[in-house]
Amino acid sequence: MDRNTSERQQVYAWGRLQPRAHVIVPAAFADEMVAAIRASDKRPLLCRGLGRSYGDVALNGGGYLLDTARADHFLTADWETGVVRAEAGLSFDALLRVCVPRGWFLPVTPGTKFVTLGGAVANDVHGKNQESAGTIGCHVRRIGLARSTGEMLDLSVDSPLFAATVGGLGLTGVIVWVELKLLPIRSATMDVETLAMARLDDFFRLSAESADWPYTVAWVDSLARGPSLGRGLFMRGRHADAGALTPHGRKQIAVPHVARHLLNRGTIALFNYFYRTRPWATGRGTMHYEPFFYPLDSLSDWNRLYGRRGFFQHQSVVPMKNAPETLRSLLELSAEGGEPSFLTVLKVLGDRPSPGLLSFPKSGVTLALDLANRGDGTRRLLDRMTDVVVAAAGRLYPAKDATMSGEAFRAGYPQWRQLEEQRDPALMSDFWRRVAADAA
Amino acid sequence: MSTDLVVILGATSAIAQAYARRRAAAGVRFVLAGRREERLKVVAADLVTRGAASAEPLLMDLSAIGAIESAVETIHARFGPPQEIVLAYGILGEQTVLERDVAAAQAALDVNFTSAALWQLAFLKGREATQPLTTIVIGSVAGDRGRRTNFIYGAAKAGIDIFVQGLAHAYAGTPARFVLVKPGFVDTPMTAGFVKSGPLWSTPDRVATDIERAVRRGARVVYTPWFWRPIMAVIRRLPWFVFRRLKI
Repeated sequence: MDRNTSERQQVYAWGRLQPRAHVIVPAAFADEMVAAIRASDKRPLLCRGLGRSYGDVALNGGGYLLDTARADHFLTADWETGVVRAEAGLSFDALLRVCVPRGWFLPVTPGTKFVTLGGAVANDVHGKNQESAGTIGCHVRRIGLARSTGEMLDLSVDSPLFAATVGGLGLTGVIVWVELKLLPIRSATMDVETLAMARLDDFFRLSAESADWPYTVAWVDSLARGPSLGRGLFMRGRHADAGALTPHGRKQIAVPHVARHLLNRGTIALFNYFYRTRPWATGRGTMHYEPFFYPLDSLSDWNRLYGRRGFFQHQSVVPMKNAPETLRSLLELSAEGGEPSFLTVLKVLGDRPSPGLLSFPKSGVTLALDLANRGDGTRRLLDRMTDVVVAAAGRLYPAKDATMSGEAFRAGYPQWRQLEEQRDPALMSDFWRRVAADAA
Repeated sequence: MSTDLVVILGATSAIAQAYARRRAAAGVRFVLAGRREERLKVVAADLVTRGAASAEPLLMDLSAIGAIESAVETIHARFGPPQEIVLAYGILGEQTVLERDVAAAQAALDVNFTSAALWQLAFLKGREATQPLTTIVIGSVAGDRGRRTNFIYGAAKAGIDIFVQGLAHAYAGTPARFVLVKPGFVDTPMTAGFVKSGPLWSTPDRVATDIERAVRRGARVVYTPWFWRPIMAVIRRLPWFVFRRLKI
């Protein structure tokens, strides 16, 4: 064992495209997070939680990465009102284990529970209930933010810095703690209904018919072309009234680190066929919240399935009036690109506003799809898809993006300059350098 | 009926916290001893939120040998007899520095061996003969063979190994039990500064899972993760002419 305090370490984002060298600063308690930003020198700092951001919002090549995942203490919890305050490193996984038996659930959750509170707020994550519940930022009461000036701020919802911090990509300061209002539940079980979609129109029809289902999402078979474009499964769910308040288990199947591109046209075609046509695919039933919200969490390191060169994720939102046409072009483009997407997801987003300045969701339809990295060809395809999105008055999700141009970002997020003004000068990310810093 | 009392010495350590969080779910009471008041309070609030019946910080320098007996008396007087004691504090130190700084080496030995041994004696002295007591001691694979890169830390951990073996022998057939935990490389603040990649690195949560299982099964020694047992068996048996050439 050799000491390597000053030596840099190569760090990947979730997409595993290109590792970048960082000096890692571990923080196990709030006071260490505060100390880290106060001590920051010329090299910029960035917080990193569980590393589930796909592109480069959580990378800071050549700088410091403040590893906050161990600063994960509950600070206060009121189980009567469901208000919990915890350090930013607390994972949704750990929070669920504690709050579910007490009859509370996350008000908003993304498709993995391996995210931290701090990362969820910094990216203002959304979930299957976005239409009714908005983003996680809609349920945050207060934020503890440390600035490089030495201040430790207690931000309430009406503070301008609160708005900049929600969806602020970790650039306004070090998020030390978060106070969140949870959602009451009577059971850990979900009532679920899955319906077949034969074409894209079915997605719009079923979305419109699902107003009394808080959770909706659609899986699309990326290999379907022509008249069956948009074929797939529409899933909707709600928390059941009866059942035990049992939290999820710990079982995970590990993806071997030697895995070499197990996801290719053949395996995906096979998977999609069986996934869509298995007899029990459609119908009504109940299931535990874990497979409903987190189907991929049972495979640890599933991002290695795309092989050594990593993968991209495109997630965009376009306004409803442009959605049918735009989605068709995006799905056709990605199907032409040679490599099919393993996980293609569609969801209608509502107009509940987030307090966040740079929040991704807006009223319309969001599409998310993965593309294995095949080099320049894949990047050109992603650029063309970005152009289609921007032309349709849409925008891309920074937490997923690795390729969009500064122009595309600034067109989608005209408020970006306000974040740049509120950014703590000690903080920077590779993403911000790519899309904003040069234009500022 | 009052719930079990668990005394954790070095309660802000990563392994201790991971283990305590698992015990908290069972609704036990904690006494959390350590040096840093603010952090002890944070850990206490965290454990209560996770289900502990109570968690009381006990502010003290755990290596202050002269204060050990009175601290144990205080714990007995305030909280009653503990059912479980976890010795989780320690310092790794930089071997090259310790070799040249005799006072620092003494401090490392006092922290990692002398005080740890005396805490156990003090708790056993105050124990009623019929009272069940499980003592969990965090040792290290470093105690299995003297190596150039960390033999001062390793010698202290080896001493604790023999000490706990002896106690287990002395108390065999009584309700006093002893578990010696030997973690390998664990990603904790203690090892900040090491490059933590590769299959040999483990997490505090993994170690805590193994401790919990060892306590449940009544194991006396637990290597965590398990593969350190065969690795250290090989390292202990390497002939000297091979071992002396190794830069480990």
